[in-house]
Amino acid sequence: MKPLLIRGGRVIDPSQHHDAVADVLIADGRIAEVGQGLGVPDGAEVMEARGKVVAPGLIDLHVHLREPGREDVETIATGARAAAAGGFTAVCAMPNTDPVTDNQAAVGFIVKQAQAAGAARVYPIAAVSLGQKGQQLAEFGELVGAGAVAVSDDGHPVVSSHLMRMALSYARTFGIPVADHCEDPTLKAKGVMHEGLVATRLGLHGIPAAAEEIMVARNLLLAELTNGHVHLCHMSTRGSVELIRRAKDKGIPVTAEVTPHHLTLTDDACEGYNTNAKMNPPLREAADVRALRSALKDGTIDLIATDHAPHHYDAKEREFDDAPFGIVGLETALGLGITELVDGGLLTLPELIDRMSVAPARVFHLPGGTLKRGAPGDVVVFDPAARWRVDPEQFLSKSRNTPYAGRELTGRVVRTVVRGRTVHPG
Amino acid sequence: MTERFLGKDLLGLEPLTADQIRFILDTAEPFKEVSERAIKKVPTLRGKTIVNLFFEASTRTRISFEFAEKRLSADTVNVAAAGSSVEKGETLVDTARNLEAMRIDMVVMRHPASGAARFLADRINSNVINAGDGTHEHPTQGLLDLLTLRDQFGRIEGLKVCICGDILHSRVARSNIWGLLKLGAQVAVCGPVSLLPMGIEDLGVTVFRRIEDAIQWADALNVLRLQLERMHGGYIPSLREYNRVFGVTVERLEKAPKDLVILHPGPMNRGVEIDSRVADGPHSMILGQVTNGVAVRMAVLYLLAGGRPEMAEAAKGRAGEVTE
Amino acid sequence: MSREIVQFAGGTDRLVLVGIQRRGPELAHRLAVLIEAKEGVSLPRGTLDITLYRDDVGTIGPKPVVGETHLPHDLDGTCIMIVDDVLFTGRTVRAAMDELTDFGRPARIGLCALIDRGGRELPIQADVVGKRVDARPTDRVDVLLAEVDGRDAVELVRVRGGGAGD
Repeated sequence: MKPLLIRGGRVIDPSQHHDAVADVLIADGRIAEVGQGLGVPDGAEVMEARGKVVAPGLIDLHVHLREPGREDVETIATGARAAAAGGFTAVCAMPNTDPVTDNQAAVGFIVKQAQAAGAARVYPIAAVSLGQKGQQLAEFGELVGAGAVAVSDDGHPVVSSHLMRMALSYARTFGIPVADHCEDPTLKAKGVMHEGLVATRLGLHGIPAAAEEIMVARNLLLAELTNGHVHLCHMSTRGSVELIRRAKDKGIPVTAEVTPHHLTLTDDACEGYNTNAKMNPPLREAADVRALRSALKDGTIDLIATDHAPHHYDAKEREFDDAPFGIVGLETALGLGITELVDGGLLTLPELIDRMSVAPARVFHLPGGTLKRGAPGDVVVFDPAARWRVDPEQFLSKSRNTPYAGRELTGRVVRTVVRGRTVHPG
Repeated sequence: MTERFLGKDLLGLEPLTADQIRFILDTAEPFKEVSERAIKKVPTLRGKTIVNLFFEASTRTRISFEFAEKRLSADTVNVAAAGSSVEKGETLVDTARNLEAMRIDMVVMRHPASGAARFLADRINSNVINAGDGTHEHPTQGLLDLLTLRDQFGRIEGLKVCICGDILHSRVARSNIWGLLKLGAQVAVCGPVSLLPMGIEDLGVTVFRRIEDAIQWADALNVLRLQLERMHGGYIPSLREYNRVFGVTVERLEKAPKDLVILHPGPMNRGVEIDSRVADGPHSMILGQVTNGVAVRMAVLYLLAGGRPEMAEAAKGRAGEVTE
Repeated sequence: MSREIVQFAGGTDRLVLVGIQRRGPELAHRLAVLIEAKEGVSLPRGTLDITLYRDDVGTIGPKPVVGETHLPHDLDGTCIMIVDDVLFTGRTVRAAMDELTDFGRPARIGLCALIDRGGRELPIQADVVGKRVDARPTDRVDVLLAEVDGRDAVELVRVRGGGAGD
């Protein structure tokens, strides 16, 4: 493989507090050097990056790639390519596939498919319980040995507090986090959107904020009890933020993520029964959005993860009650982050990159998230000022279910490099 | 004016202006007279095809619409379909397209999912009339309730109306709230807190925790049916308790400072939300509601079916009668 | 005109005056008063709104107003005199006749029009006419009545070109 010299870009590496114009040299699949005026090695490809930003590749800890089982809406290959188009050099695939990723063969399958795709890295997340049924623990040792980086029953909460306690304790043996979709199923019941004034006007069943907060509180107490690492998926309420802040003050081992849509949309997006605004946890109120943004800024929430959830056009073209929950997010995440969070004045660009690359790597103990010498050659180059319009028909993902269609965004990926190889543009 | 006064569809009362609502009520008056004739038929919608597409069982609303359609000389077809798209295996989108392909003029639809009427209306050119979508709206019921109140009191503005019962699951309640507020009434709701939707006060509605307080305050009560499912869903412990605490009984009404008018959308659970003696009593306008229902529906069908302004302009241009 | 009406009906025995909305009922009332004074009887009267019987429901305009219809209970065997302000294409009268026969079976129906402006599109003629007026198809002929418009007048409005309205 040829060495790659990325020249003259603004190199932002929050892991080393680096933010300056510099050159980045990648060789043998690793970061060889970052510095000013680097020489061009023999046979190297040179990329002029003046006016662009060069950063460690983005890492998404929460995506649904639907393979095996629903290859009609996404495969590991199409998902990995969509990720690369969004600037991600690595994603973690949730196990709620069909069949569920709860055994080492299934984990191995994902690893193999990801290698064949040759785009972004795909790390499997395995199930907490067999079949995600919430009854019996899966064999964490086998799963980690085959390549799993975390366990989760996402799609569902781990309802049994006993099982969650056992999972948190047992996971400590392998140094992996237990990621929970925090939701009390009896409070969620038939809810399809946030329980509030908009739901009342539209005549739709609501999911109260308490449905999430109850499980957040429970998980924090169990993390305290077991000293196990609990990772809270897709936080959506100001009450959850409060609970996490107090837990972190006490030193409880908790990490938390938030999606781009929960940082930028409220339940108003459901007006007109827009099924592309239907997801779980639901979009909530302006006060929740404000609290989530402050939490992301001050570190109460560690990172951004998309919860990329592909669905078929026909499935979403239905009465609101019947449509499935979820939207895609890989190809709009960076643009939304720059437009709404950086240009919006909440985060600096280095802070955004920290939340989308450095922190994810740290929280799941993944390689990457840094441009230190010897680190994996996973790099994203993007134009922080490029304006573009979101056109779902252009997505590399197989699915088009996004509420941002037609939206004008600033910030676009120019090149994504994984192991020193350019994976986007393909 | 390049748009029809009411638009293409009637999906709810929330999107209408007070003017539009008043106009529909005024248009219902002459249709009341048609139903009193020996020959209860006018040729107005002759040759129009109307499909009654009911995904939920309903006898009274469907029959009311059917009478309205037939008295306007329209051709009607009743389709009773299974509930959700998933259950019946044909999506609502396909149903919409099939109807359109048969060149029907109007669809009257009742469906268990909120937003279903809007979903259909966005996808076909025919007029769509919402006969009840999930827990969202039931606009013709709201209109006939308004007309009945207006018959009795001569006005809506300033009237104190309390809607009693399971507001959370009621599309009738929501349509009534919108219609009453827009026409200037004072609106209250009364029922167990577990059956009140979040944010109801933000709509400008007073909440009474006890039926006795509502009876002291109101000029009229609109009593909603309490469904058995609510008990199974854990919202209230039992129907018996509901009747003891919230039932509109003769004894409670005797303590009212004035003669309260009683409305009920039907069908009634006699002995649960309302006593038989109240339902059949002198202050009950329940049967009047049913009569007004046909007139209101005739008015809605008439206003949506006609009224293409370009054609009206062209007709005037032909120097036809002074139309007025 | 009142004299001609009585003559046409062969007496006031079974005569009913029915005015077509709008302005017909006011004219019918005036005629009835004259007849009652002369003949010393009390005449049954009715009001008919033909909006729902028009042959062109698609052209009724975006905000149609349907007026009141009120007829004496038993029309069987009566001689109904339809009273209208202006007779033009004849379509209003056709709609009125359809509506009347839905109410009962009169022995005879006659038509009394204050103004006959020609321009018939259907084979319909008035039995009693106040005045004939020669109007072009694009002209408007408006009858104003004190009860409705504040004054009595008949106005012929010449419209240039082919369009409707001023």
